[in-house]
Amino acid sequence: MNSFITNNEGIVLKYIVGTDDFSIVGEVSSKIKKVLKQLNIDNKLIRRVAIATYEAEVNVAIHSLGGYIEVEIIKNEIKIKIRDNGPGIKDTNLAMEKGYSTASTKARELGFGAGMGLPNMKRCSDEFKIESKFGEYTELNMKFVV
Amino acid sequence: MRVSNLITNYGFELITDTDSTVEINGVYSSDLLSFVMANGNSGNAWITVQAHLNILAVASLMEFSCIILPYGVQIDNEVVKKANEENINILKTELDHHDIYKIFIDEEEHESIL
Ligand SMILES: Nc1ncnc2c1ncn2[C@@H]1O[C@H](COP(=O)(O)OP(=O)(O)OP(=O)(O)O)[C@@H](O)[C@H]1O
Ligand SMILES: [Mg+2]
Repeated sequence: MNSFITNNEGIVLKYIVGTDDFSIVGEVSSKIKKVLKQLNIDNKLIRRVAIATYEAEVNVAIHSLGGYIEVEIIKNEIKIKIRDNGPGIKDTNLAMEKGYSTASTKARELGFGAGMGLPNMKRCSDEFKIESKFGEYTELNMKFVV
Repeated sequence: MRVSNLITNYGFELITDTDSTVEINGVYSSDLLSFVMANGNSGNAWITVQAHLNILAVASLMEFSCIILPYGVQIDNEVVKKANEENINILKTELDHHDIYKIFIDEEEHESIL
């Protein structure tokens, strides 16, 4: 973990996601899942968060120049923010379509690139927002009701 | 059915040093990881020809009972080592998807008679 803050409001976890090695992705989402288990959060909810954070982590690793995942656990809400340092997405509506993918051959050989990651995140979360500036960044914000 | 049943009764090879007494709850097959994330269920046996490190995170996040490599697909020691650390069952078989599914269907029928 890269930082861990607790206060009266809740817990904030922040993890850096690198891009140098996508032969192994999923370490951050596995860590997040472990924390949620320790907090005795409902299994079905953990599952939805795990799927959504995994897909987000993979996208940062295979499509971006690197970024971070921030998880905020408050009383009745889990908020997750994923932000990367670009290159951004030209058309986010197109990116949200099932089956749309620009994944590289290398990524496809590893089983990525079905164009289902963003739709999976949207389906698993209670609130989903995608924002991107081409040439600059992509930021996702998801909320889960506990 | 338990993972161990595939080993004792159907000749699957457990290539990890892990707990094969876990119960299998259904079977799922895809080599596209986000299809697996979308459609897999906890307890599933997951048939895939992907034999690299990324399948371990998927199996652990989805809480699959085991990974089944069909067609005698080869796997690196590195992956087996990490699977041991995370207690993820990996099975190997020469069978193809059709024959593996047939085992699951037969077992289900057998269980429903009992
Ligand atoms: N963080 C990101 N930075 C830049 N582009 C992105 C990012 N996330 C997604 N995209 C773009 O949106 C497309 C669709 O993303 P999505 O996650 O749905 O599918 P995928 O990653 O291509 O395949 P899958 O997730 O099924 O393995 C990507 O192919 C890519 O073009
Ligand atoms: Mg994706």
